[in-house]
Amino acid sequence: MTKKVQVSATVNGETVDFLCEPWQSLLDVLREELHLTGAKEGCNNGNCGACSVLLDGAPVNSCLVLAVEAEGAEITTVEGIAQNGQLHPLQQCFLEGAALQCGICTPGFLVTAKALLDQNPNPTEEQIRFELAGNLCRCTGYDKIIKAVLAAAKNLQEAN
Amino acid sequence: MAAGSDQKKYKVIGTRPIRPDGADKVTGRAIYGADVQLSGLVHGKILRSPHAHAKIKSVDVSAALQAAGVLAVVTGADFPELKDKIAQLGEGAVNLAYLSGNLLARDKVLYKGHAVAAVAARTANQAEEALKKIRVEYEPLPAVTWVLDAMQDDAPLLHDDIHTDSMGNQSEKPSNISTHLHFETGDVGQGFKQADVVIEREFKTASVHQGYIEPHVATALWNTDGRLKIWTSTQGSFTARQQTAELLQIPVSQVTVVPCEIGGGFGGKISVYLEPVAALLSRKCGRPVKMTMTREACFEATGPTPGSYMRVKIGATKEGKIVAGEAYLAYDAGAYPGGMIGPGCMCVFSCYEFPNAVVDGYDVMLNKPKTQAYRAPGATHAALACETIIDELAEKLKLDPIEFRLMNAAQEGTRRVDGPVYPRVGLIECLEAAKASEHYQSSLKGPNRGRGVAAGFWFNIGLKSAATANVNADGCVTLLEGSTDIGGSRASIAMQLAETLGIAAEDVHPAVVDTDSVGYTDVTGGSRVTFATGMAVYQVGRKIRAQMMERAAELWEVDAASVSEADGVYSSGEHSLPFKELAVKLHEIGGPIVGSASVNPQGSSNGFGVQIADVEVDPETGKVSVLRYTVIQDAGQAIHPSYVEGQMQGGAVQGIGWALNEEYFYGDDGQMKNASFLDYRMPTALDVPMIETIIVEVPNPEHPFGVRGVGETPIVPPVAAMANAVYAATGVRMRDIPMSPPKLWKALAEKESS
Repeated sequence: MTKKVQVSATVNGETVDFLCEPWQSLLDVLREELHLTGAKEGCNNGNCGACSVLLDGAPVNSCLVLAVEAEGAEITTVEGIAQNGQLHPLQQCFLEGAALQCGICTPGFLVTAKALLDQNPNPTEEQIRFELAGNLCRCTGYDKIIKAVLAAAKNLQEAN
Repeated sequence: MAAGSDQKKYKVIGTRPIRPDGADKVTGRAIYGADVQLSGLVHGKILRSPHAHAKIKSVDVSAALQAAGVLAVVTGADFPELKDKIAQLGEGAVNLAYLSGNLLARDKVLYKGHAVAAVAARTANQAEEALKKIRVEYEPLPAVTWVLDAMQDDAPLLHDDIHTDSMGNQSEKPSNISTHLHFETGDVGQGFKQADVVIEREFKTASVHQGYIEPHVATALWNTDGRLKIWTSTQGSFTARQQTAELLQIPVSQVTVVPCEIGGGFGGKISVYLEPVAALLSRKCGRPVKMTMTREACFEATGPTPGSYMRVKIGATKEGKIVAGEAYLAYDAGAYPGGMIGPGCMCVFSCYEFPNAVVDGYDVMLNKPKTQAYRAPGATHAALACETIIDELAEKLKLDPIEFRLMNAAQEGTRRVDGPVYPRVGLIECLEAAKASEHYQSSLKGPNRGRGVAAGFWFNIGLKSAATANVNADGCVTLLEGSTDIGGSRASIAMQLAETLGIAAEDVHPAVVDTDSVGYTDVTGGSRVTFATGMAVYQVGRKIRAQMMERAAELWEVDAASVSEADGVYSSGEHSLPFKELAVKLHEIGGPIVGSASVNPQGSSNGFGVQIADVEVDPETGKVSVLRYTVIQDAGQAIHPSYVEGQMQGGAVQGIGWALNEEYFYGDDGQMKNASFLDYRMPTALDVPMIETIIVEVPNPEHPFGVRGVGETPIVPPVAAMANAVYAATGVRMRDIPMSPPKLWKALAEKESS
């Protein structure tokens, strides 16, 4: 038996310490140890994007990241996108634009879209489609998701 | 955009409020099946067959029981014996012996991935390790995975006790063909004699998966008082309860099913897979047991839609009138009987007036997982065959493809080949809307580009729905319903109650509750929820309204007959109060006002749609790009237009994936070679354009607000529309689906060389 490893990281702005097996994925630790179940397991091999989180600002499939790799890192999950009880414009636009149906892929899309807008506040439809191509949605056909991201980008720009 | 409706008729219906469950779903707080946490929770895992077909000679679990952390092991022997008992599950019946055998195999495994044994252990990792210690001795048998091969006399036989049922007659020898269906109308021989043009073609389609992003998951607790509680991700909590109770041979009232948020289903989350197994494990170890499927297991061991072989012939006169049709449809059912051939047969000629038609359908077992419903099950295949030939006929007759369809479109009074005569339906309106659309009127220029159209039909089944509403002290209404919400139905149901009561959508707070907390409700499927559960809440609303009027009479001390209600305002003489204000007062003077209703609309209503696809084919690679796509559909009355559009867009994109890439790819060993989202290629955001929508509204006379279900029809036309578009772009008719780049590239090369 391997010994558990102690890891310190910042999750959604809070410092956390956790113990994990060396082989445990970040997704597993977020869900099972830290009880942040917003990131979802859809495939566990990096092909659906339902487990997307931000690792030092960049979107990753948390099922493909070892939890020990999170040492010292800053992690943002879907639970950390709303601030002080206020939805992020992306969340608001997803709701207003009916950009979710079953909702299981929504956390992954929100996280990935946030990373995109943080980098590129004014993306084209093509850029959004490219950046979100690692997130599968089976319900919406993507139309309303893309429109929601475009609307959120516009709202963010108008607010700034 | 909505055509042909009077939007002013309603206050709430037709608006686009934010869905009631929205905040939880954008903040990660919604509790899906895998998010359930219980005190003392342990984890279950399933051992699956590595063979596509094999006898099980022995199963030895003794070493697994000794493994670290293991609390219980179950095999098929732990299930009660069930001899050919049929359970009615609302949307179809199931033979419990087959269902039980599918959950844990007994003497034979019938497909790769077939469950053989299950382990519960303190951690998921320990359960997985213990699986490796179960010794199963197999005797491999030859496997068959293509429907026509499985129909041969010398094909490997899956069940030696199943004989072909051909309209009540049983075949002498056992067979992989479980059922032969036959529908006939008019005189087909005479019909074809009247035809000036006859086209007959063969089609093949591969198995495809619903592709819901959330894997199957269930948690069961068999409590010390004998009660069984199950938290699961299901399209039907009551049918999950019934299947579980029947498989375990316990009364339904001993079981409570708590429906969690569900991460997609599309028909694939009606049958149980894990619930009864988790229950048996929990009974053995006394702890709550959670079981989650891997993605690989979802592909290999749940319920894809059939692979099919179809041969269809249609004749028309030179004036453009269809005179006869003939269809031979063979759909695979997977490892157990009862696939999607029935609706396939009913749908193949369902869009047009066929004075003479004959349809033969075959339900064929082979070494694949048992097929299940996938959005309009069986209809997409059939539409590919019919709509491709319709396209060819239009071309031969030098008619515009929409014009030709209009000349033959099903309408009120048209008799479908399986018997029913349509009431008022909206196909003609959809075709007219398609013809008039900016998309269809626009010109498509450029090499290797083409436009295709196709129509499609699917039923709206009725079935049982119940609902209860409580009027709260502040005048808001809590609504309890049993229909699990996959795509926004809390919104569409709450809005219908709000409309009935004359209050704002936001003043109705819907909750999808467990099987102990609301009346029996059939599955979320068959495009039925907004239709049938909507009818239930309409009745709930009327009952609440009647009570409010009686109570208002008490409050105002007037004759009850003098109280009237309009637009949510109750009045009698000089008294007048809107619903909310009246409700606040009534709470002080009487008991709570509660309304409950249960409905069971019979028969089915009808949904039609038309789709237009513009594609560009890369002749170097065979890759198809979708340039523009429009979905036109009769929604009867759109309750929440955004979610109606969402159904139309989502169904179309699933169909585009089916047309272009998705397929179960089998090796000669009967094993699926692409059981992952990497190799089973579903459309990504980059693969599709915006999906334009045109909602047509021809009100359904069977529903108080005119609703027609919209969930399934959108997946019926796309495969045909895409095939017709690829033909227009390349001159090649693709009748072997998917039109994946290698296949299309080969077809283009063959055309080039011929």
